[in-house]
Amino acid sequence: MLKRLLFILPLVIFAVGAAFLYWGLNPERDPSAIPSVLIDEAAPEFSLDSIRGSDLPGLSSADLGGGEVALVNIFASWCLPCRAEHPIFMGLAEEDRVKIYGINYKDAPEDALAWLEELGNPYAAIGADEEGRTGIEWGISGVPETFIVDQEGTIRYRHVGPIHPVDLEKRILPILERLE
Amino acid sequence: MKLLLTLLLLCLALPLAAQEPRLDDPLLEERARSLQREIRCVVCQNESIDSSQAGIARDLRRLVRERLVAGDSDEEIRDFLVARYGDYVLFRPPVRSDTWILWFGPALVLLAGAAGIAIAVVRRRRNPQGAPAALKPEEEAQLEELLGKESGESS
Repeated sequence: MLKRLLFILPLVIFAVGAAFLYWGLNPERDPSAIPSVLIDEAAPEFSLDSIRGSDLPGLSSADLGGGEVALVNIFASWCLPCRAEHPIFMGLAEEDRVKIYGINYKDAPEDALAWLEELGNPYAAIGADEEGRTGIEWGISGVPETFIVDQEGTIRYRHVGPIHPVDLEKRILPILERLE
Repeated sequence: MKLLLTLLLLCLALPLAAQEPRLDDPLLEERARSLQREIRCVVCQNESIDSSQAGIARDLRRLVRERLVAGDSDEEIRDFLVARYGDYVLFRPPVRSDTWILWFGPALVLLAGAAGIAIAVVRRRRNPQGAPAALKPEEEAQLEELLGKESGESS
């Protein structure tokens, strides 16, 4: 009996290996995706002044979780993918679906203001993170990144990279609906 | 030729460009470097922040240094980064119940393999199937004949 089990062993090892490889080849899997530890955690503490020379309010953690769901978008004028996703935020702002806050990451104030002038401003408030410290608090690996913060100030979703229309439909909007 | 050589040598110096100004205290500097070497850059994921030129890696190096100067322990700095980026930022994952497979799995596989070989060797000693059986009388005769023929031919 034991001997027979031994004969099956290579087959079992092969099956386990094959299953692992099959999982690894799944096109939906992004091997470079880092799971965020901030999901279901309170949004980090931060307090940022507005972009120098703008009349918009600055942004701090006190603005988040006041009974309102918010999108927090970390962007920079030097970041090309941010430009690509910008119309999505403009659309959301127009529909007035959700409060949109911006964190302007390591940007020159005049560049950021020119960028908003050119593309429009969907943000209710913008904090200028000139040193990039608040970005680290949010655990970002680059820009753009977007977080959904719920009514209690808890982070519910993190999106790394630009939001495509598909992401909006399939991920962002369903989460917003669920939270509302 | 000289120019080419200079350029080549300069290329060798490129990794040094990813360094922050040295801290005054050589002990702190040493701690900063060793911490930097075990923290993963979250953009260029197989590099440590010590060797990465990415913007975020530079910011993290600065942060590590500022905290060291402020008197934080290595452990506190690691915890700070793990709280924001997860265990993923550590090149050396912590030993916890959910990482036991990672830490001890390879040793287990090695032990299992060694045990398998040991069992096979012991069995073979006890029961030497591998050794050739003695020749039957007719085979013996055949061999004799063949050998005789050969020696006859050569002489």
